[in-house]
Parts: sequence; structure tokens; C-alpha cells
Amino acid sequence: MRTKFDEQLNQLHVDLIKMGSLCEEAITLAAQALLREPGADPQKVFSLETEIDQLEWEIESHCMRLLLRQQPMARDLRSVSAALKIISDMERIGDQAADIAELTPYIADCALQNKLHIKDMAKEAVSMVTGSVDAYVKEDLDLVQKVIDQDDTVDALFNQVKTELIELVQEKGTDAQAALDLLMAAKYFERIGDHAVNVAEWVEYSLTGVHKSSEHHPALC
Amino acid sequence: MNSNKISIQNVDLFYGTFQALKSINMDIPENQVTAFIGPSGCGKSTLLKCLNRMNDLVEGCKITGEILLDDKSINQMDVNLLRKQVGMVFQKPNPFPMSVYDNIAFGPRTHGIRSRVMLDEIVEKSLRDAAIWDEVKDRLNKSALGLSGGQQQRLCIARALAVHPEVLLMDEPTSALDPISTSKIEELCTQLKKEYTIVIVTHNMQQAARISDRTAFFLLGEAVEYTDTEKMFSMPTDKRTEDYITGRFG
Repeated sequence: MRTKFDEQLNQLHVDLIKMGSLCEEAITLAAQALLREPGADPQKVFSLETEIDQLEWEIESHCMRLLLRQQPMARDLRSVSAALKIISDMERIGDQAADIAELTPYIADCALQNKLHIKDMAKEAVSMVTGSVDAYVKEDLDLVQKVIDQDDTVDALFNQVKTELIELVQEKGTDAQAALDLLMAAKYFERIGDHAVNVAEWVEYSLTGVHKSSEHHPALC
Repeated sequence: MNSNKISIQNVDLFYGTFQALKSINMDIPENQVTAFIGPSGCGKSTLLKCLNRMNDLVEGCKITGEILLDDKSINQMDVNLLRKQVGMVFQKPNPFPMSVYDNIAFGPRTHGIRSRVMLDEIVEKSLRDAAIWDEVKDRLNKSALGLSGGQQQRLCIARALAVHPEVLLMDEPTSALDPISTSKIEELCTQLKKEYTIVIVTHNMQQAARISDRTAFFLLGEAVEYTDTEKMFSMPTDKRTEDYITGRFG
């Protein structure tokens, strides 16, 4: 009865999953480049970021067409409006992965980053993005909550990296410029965690009609 | 919070042996637009007609339960007085084959108003309230049948308003109209609710979402869900409502 509409919604889901997996790949590659892992190439992150931006534009157009032509209601409306919000956060995740990749030429000292918990931060951030996309695919509220809870771990790791960097800067011979760049990279990972939480919260809204911000904006639910 | 204008309590309605309405319980708030939606044959128009006892005229129709208007049972009221208080506008515009002026003055004359000054006043106010005065003020003595469909429907609304009702029932008032006329009637509903309580039956869910404050979804004679319109169209609680408004059946 609504075959075409269902096909269009399925396409939206497929595109969102694709955008999510591109984000995961971009962060993973950016982290590998930052940590000087063999074969890591920051250029790949930049081309992924371009692909993510292009996909954001395509999904946004797709959502606008759905709103215009199908005038969705209830769960369908939530699904489309959540998609519009999710892609903004994913686009920012792509930007931040590229920001991290941009820093890599300036941090040549492998020893410095290996003294920090930055690798753990990257791992957690990737896991959060994967979790938020999985929550969307599986329509799983437990996964949503897991991603939201995981943000505390990333925040704690960021504080730990900050403390570690302060100690390193106080030591003689530490490259202060590299230390500052690493602090920025850590902040980008922390922000990626925040964006993953946003994605998870919009997944929750799409499934339940309740969003964390509802208490401030009751019209949402 | 608006107080309730109409209270529907345990209403069952039978056409012969067929039960068209099943245990309907619903409070309709004053000065708000309440929309009834649902697939054809779900009972929404039947319930609307109960509110001014239009079903009294249907042979074999039996109604149990109670409908209160301002806490008074409508069954205890004089039916002419009830229909003065609860006006109705139908799907198809049905102007009387007489002048625009006489269409509007018909109701007040029936209720004993003979003064030309008073009638002039009522006609102008009713036509203004129905947002059609500017379009017909120069042709008040011409036949109402010469108006366009959208104008005829607003004339019918003006005719209903001329007897100063408190409630306005609208049974798919825009289903035969073009988008511009539809938009005028919708705009009118949001204006009129300041003075009147409006109950509208519509098949157009976007229309219900645009103009109503509360919406009731009917299915097979049952009021499945009745809640704030925004909630109904963003987060319905009953799966049947969700399936209907998302076009999965109906």
C-alpha cells in the first residue's frame, strides 16, 4: 500500500548506515595516522571527509523530498527528522577526523603520543560511533544507553591525557608544539564522542518519540 | 486549560442490529478545534451527527448513553434550541436557492427576528465572521447559487453563525473545495475557535494536524485514541493509530 514510501525510507536507512561506516573509517584512519602506525595515510581521511560531506548533502535532499512528497507522520516523521539531525553530527565527526589528520605532519615524535592515553581515546571514540550506528540499524535502546554511558569514559580519558601532557611539558626536552597539537587531537576525539552521543539520542527519539532535550522543548514529544 | 463544552458518555449507537458506535467516552473542550479522523465507515460522522441529534431522523437508529452540552443532557433539550446552539456545516455546500442575504437571514427569521436593522446587522456580522463579506457585500440580493464552491461553503458557515451557535460541527467541509478555498476555511476555523467550539470530521490528516487542538481516531465504531493533535501525529500510543496515520491501512 505504501511500497514506494517504504522503499524510500529503506534507502534513507542504507545511506545513513553508509555515512556512519565512512565516519568510523575516517576516525580509525585518522587515529592510525596520528599514532604513526605502518601504512597509515592521512590523505585517505581527507577523501573520506569529502565523501561524507557529499553523502550528507544527498541524504538531506532525500529527506526534504520525503517531507515534501510523502508528508510523513508519527514514527515515519520522527525517522526522517532524526535522520536530518544525525547527518549533521556525522558530518561534524568527519570534519573532526580530518582535523586530526591535518595535525599529523606536525607530530613527528612517535614516542610522545605513545606516552599518552590518546590511543585509548581513539578506540573509545570509534567504538561510540560504531555503537550509535549499530543502535540505529538494530533499533536497539540498550545500545543507545551504552553509547551515552561511554561518553564518561572518553571525558575521563581526555582529562587524563591533559594531565599527562602537563607533566610531559614540564619535563625538559618535550616538544611543546607537538604537545599542544596532541591536546587538540585529544579534544577532537572528545568532541567525536559528544557527536556520537547526539546521534544515539536522535536514534532514541526516532524509536520512542522522547528526546533528552524534550524537557526544554516539550514540542518535540 | 479549557473547560469541556461537550461530554460524551458511554455512547453506543445501533442502525438496526449493526452497532456503529461502541462505548464512546470523550470530552470536547470549549473554544478548541477537535478533529475526528478514521477510515470510511468508522463512525466519525455518525458521532458528529449525534452531537446535534441529527440521527433522531434516521429510521431504526438507537442511541444509548449520554451526551451533555454544558453539563445538560441534549436529550432533555428542545431539538430546535439544540440545533441553534450546535450548528452544522456539511461536506457539500448547500445554500438555499435564494439570495445571499436571505440565506443568512433565514435562521434568525425562523427564530422570530423581523427587524430589518437587526437582520442587516446579523447578516453583515455573520458574513464578516465567515470571511466572505468583502466578496459578497455588493451582491447580497443575488442568488447564492451563483457563488463559487468555496464561497458557498463559507456562506453556509455564515448561515450557521447567524443564529449565534456555541458549537460548530463540520463534516468534511473542504473535501469538495480547491486548495485556496480549503486554506480560507482552515484559517477561518482557527479564527472562529476564539468564539466557538469546533468539531470537524476530516479525511485529510494534514488538515487535522494543521488546524485542530485535539484529535480522535476512530476505527470500526470505536474511539481508539483521543489526545492532543501534536502528540497524535508525532507519537501516537496505539499501534492501530500509528498504522492508520502512516498510511499502512485505511
